Amino acid sequence: MWDHEIRAMASTHAIIASSVFMATVLPAVFVPGFSVYGTHLLWIYSVSVAVAAVSVSVFWLLGISPPTKKHTLGYKMSRLFRSCLYFFLSCLFFHTVVVLYGAPLIESALETFSLAVLLTSLTTLRCLCVLGPNVQAWIRVFSRHGAMSVWDTCLQITVACTLIGAWVGAFPIPLDWDRPWQVWPVSCSLGAMIGYLTGLVVAPAWIHYHRKQLTYKCK
Amino acid sequence: MTGLTVLPLLLWLCAAYFVGIYLFVGGFLLVRLEVNRTSGCADVLQPGEEPLDFCQARPRFRRTVVLIIDALKIDFARFDPTNASPRPHENKLPVLQETLSARPAHSRLYAFRADPPTTTMQRIKGFTTGSLPTFVDVGNNFASSAILEDNLIHQLGRMGKRVVFMGDDTWENLFPRKFHRSLPFPSFNVKDLHTVDNGILQHLYTTMVGDDWDVLLAHFLGVDHCGHRFGPDHPAMAYKLTQMDGVIRSVMERLQDDTLLVVMGDHGMTDTGDHGGESQKETDAALFLYSPSPIFAGPPSQDEPDVVPQTDLVPTLALLLGIPIPFSSVGQVLLPLFPPHQQAGGAAGRLSQLEALWINTKQVNRFLETYSGLARDISPERLAELKADFARLAASYLGSVGEGRPPPPQLASSLQAYLTSVRDTCRATWARFNPLKMAGGLAVLALACLTCFVTSELSVVLTQEKRAGLKAPAAVALAAAAGVAAAQLLTRGYVEAAWCLAAGTVGSQLLFLWRAWRASRLSRWLSPRRLLVPSVAVPLLRCASLFSDSYVIYEGRVVTFLLLSLALYVPVHLNWNGHLLPPTPDPLKSAGLLPSPALSPAAVRKESGTLCGCLGLLVVCAYLSLCFHGCREEQGLCQPSPFLSPLSRLQDNQLKNLYYGVSVSSLAVCAYLLRLCLCHYGNLNASGGAVFAARWVLPLLCVCAGLHWAVSAAPEDGFRKLAELIRVAQLALPRAAFCLLGAGLSLVWADPLTVFVKARPAASARSSALPPPRYRASTGISPQAELHHLIPQIYQRMRRSLEDGEAGGGGGEEDHRPAVEAYGLGTVYSAPLLLFCGLLGVGLLLLHPEGMTLSFLLLLLEMVALLHIHASSATLSGAAGSDPGGFSVPWTPVVAWALAATQFFHATGHLPTFPSIQWGAAFVGFPDGHAGTILPASLVTLNTFASHILFAVCFREQDNVRRPRDYSSRILQKRTGKRTNTKLMFEACGFLVSSVFLLVGVTLVLRVDVAVGRWFKTLVPDASR
Ligand SMILES: [Zn+2]
Ligand SMILES: [Zn+2]
Repeated sequence: MWDHEIRAMASTHAIIASSVFMATVLPAVFVPGFSVYGTHLLWIYSVSVAVAAVSVSVFWLLGISPPTKKHTLGYKMSRLFRSCLYFFLSCLFFHTVVVLYGAPLIESALETFSLAVLLTSLTTLRCLCVLGPNVQAWIRVFSRHGAMSVWDTCLQITVACTLIGAWVGAFPIPLDWDRPWQVWPVSCSLGAMIGYLTGLVVAPAWIHYHRKQLTYKCK
Repeated sequence: MTGLTVLPLLLWLCAAYFVGIYLFVGGFLLVRLEVNRTSGCADVLQPGEEPLDFCQARPRFRRTVVLIIDALKIDFARFDPTNASPRPHENKLPVLQETLSARPAHSRLYAFRADPPTTTMQRIKGFTTGSLPTFVDVGNNFASSAILEDNLIHQLGRMGKRVVFMGDDTWENLFPRKFHRSLPFPSFNVKDLHTVDNGILQHLYTTMVGDDWDVLLAHFLGVDHCGHRFGPDHPAMAYKLTQMDGVIRSVMERLQDDTLLVVMGDHGMTDTGDHGGESQKETDAALFLYSPSPIFAGPPSQDEPDVVPQTDLVPTLALLLGIPIPFSSVGQVLLPLFPPHQQAGGAAGRLSQLEALWINTKQVNRFLETYSGLARDISPERLAELKADFARLAASYLGSVGEGRPPPPQLASSLQAYLTSVRDTCRATWARFNPLKMAGGLAVLALACLTCFVTSELSVVLTQEKRAGLKAPAAVALAAAAGVAAAQLLTRGYVEAAWCLAAGTVGSQLLFLWRAWRASRLSRWLSPRRLLVPSVAVPLLRCASLFSDSYVIYEGRVVTFLLLSLALYVPVHLNWNGHLLPPTPDPLKSAGLLPSPALSPAAVRKESGTLCGCLGLLVVCAYLSLCFHGCREEQGLCQPSPFLSPLSRLQDNQLKNLYYGVSVSSLAVCAYLLRLCLCHYGNLNASGGAVFAARWVLPLLCVCAGLHWAVSAAPEDGFRKLAELIRVAQLALPRAAFCLLGAGLSLVWADPLTVFVKARPAASARSSALPPPRYRASTGISPQAELHHLIPQIYQRMRRSLEDGEAGGGGGEEDHRPAVEAYGLGTVYSAPLLLFCGLLGVGLLLLHPEGMTLSFLLLLLEMVALLHIHASSATLSGAAGSDPGGFSVPWTPVVAWALAATQFFHATGHLPTFPSIQWGAAFVGFPDGHAGTILPASLVTLNTFASHILFAVCFREQDNVRRPRDYSSRILQKRTGKRTNTKLMFEACGFLVSSVFLLVGVTLVLRVDVAVGRWFKTLVPDASR
């Protein structure tokens, strides 16, 4: 039914995944001593920036985002501004949630905030790209009958995978193995990243296999 | 009512858990068999041709003075001259260092390593009998009973030595009537630093100068009590240690040449001043030996041991004093105290190293033979090895002695190796478990968990279809138990109760499960997909986490993490099902897809708001509760919460006042919130026992608690004139509080109704034609799920009976029929429970350090938040309305509740380890100690499991089949590390306590139910006719 959409989604995800891969490999060429858990902050930033840039440009090129009612420059600017604001607020939100879940409050605030930025660019940014700055719509999407297009379903899957990945990533931290990847927040960011990549792979596949059952209401 | 069928079900489930725990613990806590035989003189005859009676030989020392300074850690005894600014516990015993350097042939200082548990009574047992403790002995610390095994004191008495004892009265309980003279002083009051020590000092020197003694035992308690009360870093500790320094000096001056001085600690202490565990700080005490005549060959040589096990003192002292080594001792003699073989030839009784070792080896071998004849727990291969070893050593030694040639040089070291290997074998054996019983217990527990889960998931079906569903399982249980008993009788000749019970339980459980399987779609419920639902996955994770030591260490945080995860899952799940937001006002969509919404959008929005608000409250409470955690030994960089130490330990007066203010104000907030709740729902208008308790008993109780804290925090020397008054107040205030608590609880119990009935004049009742009785059923503190099926029921009942009266009554009666306004009916169930819980909470708070008030406030808030979340989510998902009158137990709040109970176990500063038990609780209201042992033990238990108790009592009828599963499935841990073992003990105790109080809570609800029924009868006289 939506074969071309699924194909577009698969190729988009391939591009995003390869950008993640590049963001992990390329800095190793330029920065001496770069490794995923050795210089984890740098890795988080490079991945966040890469994912953010690639998603924004790809979704902009594809034209997924909801059609704007007005085409004035002022309206566009305000949308852009609101998107930035939401991005920042979402960072703060994730930071708070992570702290409440037990992250140290003061000592490694920078690390915690970096994790929040990563989570935001993996989840909130995609919401912004697909749904625009509209919190009502975000909440609506995450319900059983809330998805209105293939892209909404895809959003559900990737966001859920990312968050679950980050949650699972917290489990190895208390173990006394003394591995470098147990350092806060390496395991959580790795978990989120792995979850995200899984989501990227699973979403098109799942939609492809369930395309018979999926029905969307028109808007 | 369903309640009457629920109670037996609950009892049955609890019984199943108890049986499981009993079986498991039975396989887990092995008790060492005590050998009731004593050594005699003939046992230690010298080998060789001259049969010298050992007991008649002149011993090396005629007399000995043993100074036991409780909790004298090895660090206290060491002296570091380079330390310019010593802390209060450092460098306070210079006499030891001076003696060591001035007279190296006369004195030694060793680290004296105890076998855990490092409690005083266990240690006294250890260094008098020379045997190893087993895990189960721990429980005896309160109920010290006489030692029946052969021990030093017994042997001394048998040999006619006059033992004079003074100090800690534990000894008097352990060795009743064994002393020549005894001056015991009460030891139980940890706050009293001086009574025991001053009592000893009054008599010590006069006794020493006299000639009426051979062995002088003095057990000082001040240092230990100072540690418990103030911790080692307190000026009081410096004072106490300096006093001990003086005591040692004076004793050394009065020693005679044939006297040995032993100064020792029974255990160490942690940095917080407690003991009981197995960390090196607790196990390593100091042992200082001195005699005016030289006993050592010279200054300490390289191959001398630094660390001496406590069991080793027993054979050493025995041989030095010329008495037989106690029968069950597994220690080995301290070689440096005996001259080497070549120099020994002089006086009789001066045993050489080799002779001492040989006597020791023979005694240990004899014990091993006797023990292995009585109990079969040492493996036969190991036993055969040890026997062969002994035969070889005996041949070698006897051969060399018999022929008069010097023994082979390595004989001493191989004798030592033999002794060490026997001790290690014994230690390994007595810490072993019975895997069959443990597996059986686990199986019973797992089945019980499954039953619980099935019951809670299928409760609607089960309660509707099988009213008398328990009769058949009970019959099966009896039959199975009898069958197993008969089988055991036939095959083995005796009956083991644990297995019969287990068989009965398993039989009944299997039958129950099978019937549940047939009655419903059980197979559908247990698909792997359902296991991934967070409400099931979280408790599974919780169980799994207990298999790992790391997670056990960080349990407090892990539980909080899981609780938050579960809490966040609730709104996400609701949103996924489209219940969180009001349906969009688009007519096309709502008509097409959703059934017409049960709730108006405004109501949905309000409920969602409540839900999110309560979620926020819950999260904040859980997060703040992390501030109240204590610290385990294993957590390296951990500072225990400052609120944990009682106020009397603080030295800064301003800080003290601040803390006190915070504690009292949060107590006031607690009480005020409770009152506000009751007031808000109209429960305070009535005039019954419960209302009286709420109005007067609760505030009075709070005042008592506040005053008690003030009194106990007052500095001792601050108010000299008021000292007597303070003493009286310390005694009276908490006792008054306990009495008030008892009165309040029984009032609530006796008259739990908090409904205010207002009968309007009959005339007005008539004028408004048949007004339905109005009631103010407020939705609120009680879960709305409950209200949704309870209140309509009550309402229907009321209405029906009124209508019946109307229909049946003649003309004359109509005038008398009252119209009723009942206030507070909406919370008729939850109000007494809340009150009960509040009263109990304040009572339990008395047993905690003052700073814990904040934590209790958080606990109260979190409970409210949890209940609200449950209520709102039930309303939003519309589940409650679907089966009115049904009996459904949602699983998520059950798990959340159990997690919260564990969370506050940690957040009230408790830890599942022995040293963290807050012994101070035993002295609340009894500052002078106790006569019996039950009362303090129960006070400590109440303190330790306060959170479990509160959460259990408040758990209402609705969710009754709940936490046994969660609790006991945690016992599904097989790891045999000590850490997990103690954890298991605590879990089991926690479960016992909470199930008892859970039953109390449920019966209270049933009681309310009965009372409500009676109230209806009085309310509607027509119906009762
Ligand atoms: Zn002690
Ligand atoms: Zn102590």
